[in-house]
Amino acid sequence: MKEYLGILIIILLSSLVAILIVGISYFLGERKPKKVKLLPYECGMTTIGPSRRRISVKYYIFAMLFLIFDIEVLFMYPWAVITKDLKLFGFVEMFIFIVILLIGYFYVWRKGALEWE
Amino acid sequence: MAEIVFKWIVFFIASILSIFSSVMMVTRKNPVHSALWLVVTFISLAVLYFLLNATFIAISQVIVYAGAIMMLFLFVIMLIHLEKGPEEIGKMTVSRIFAVVLTVLLFVEILVGVYFYRAWTVKPEPMPFGDPKTVGKLLYTKYLFPFEIASVLLLVGIIGAVVLAKRRKM
Repeated sequence: MKEYLGILIIILLSSLVAILIVGISYFLGERKPKKVKLLPYECGMTTIGPSRRRISVKYYIFAMLFLIFDIEVLFMYPWAVITKDLKLFGFVEMFIFIVILLIGYFYVWRKGALEWE
Repeated sequence: MAEIVFKWIVFFIASILSIFSSVMMVTRKNPVHSALWLVVTFISLAVLYFLLNATFIAISQVIVYAGAIMMLFLFVIMLIHLEKGPEEIGKMTVSRIFAVVLTVLLFVEILVGVYFYRAWTVKPEPMPFGDPKTVGKLLYTKYLFPFEIASVLLLVGIIGAVVLAKRRKM
């Protein structure tokens, strides 16, 4: 458990830096809010209609593909820790794993799902 | 002794934070705010996994749930309209009553499970149990076949995503 103490220190340090950055600019910065300043800005024009519009389903495929390859990387993590002990065997099994996912990658590519039309 | 006290403090903060953030997540009106509170819930759950010596699960909780799945949630919030008129809020529909009944039933089931399995007596497994090294040693030797099958499962996921979201050429 002790070797994970570094994570706690990083969490504390990074939240301290985040709080400091936001906090310092909050206390030192000057704010004179006006009605015009608080309006949503859209190319200098007054906004028309609801600001939250529906977004194309095309974005969803990128989110899905990111999720899948994220899980692939997660599988690589315990493999990378012990890859020296596994020797060639570990290399071959990870190779097969990646080749199967590479088939999927080429399928996506061939289907043109990575292109923006 | 100091370590036990330290663990108790961390457990206390993480468990209170997870309950608080999940209540905040349910009660927010803005769906994006709910999603952000859900990130806090996921991360405090990861801390609880750490305390149970399941470090690999904790790391995957942060990478997959707080990272990728939350992004997927945010995308879905953006994809569908969630702005409802004031007349739809607080209305008793059949699906809402069904959801309440189902939630209460599942909660009772959890309580019964906690009682019968005496969950308060469960102790975490000793240290090298859940860290990436032990998980890797089992996953890449004894459970090699399920690992390779997982890649086929991910392949099916890729194809499913493309089939669902890709507009077919006419």
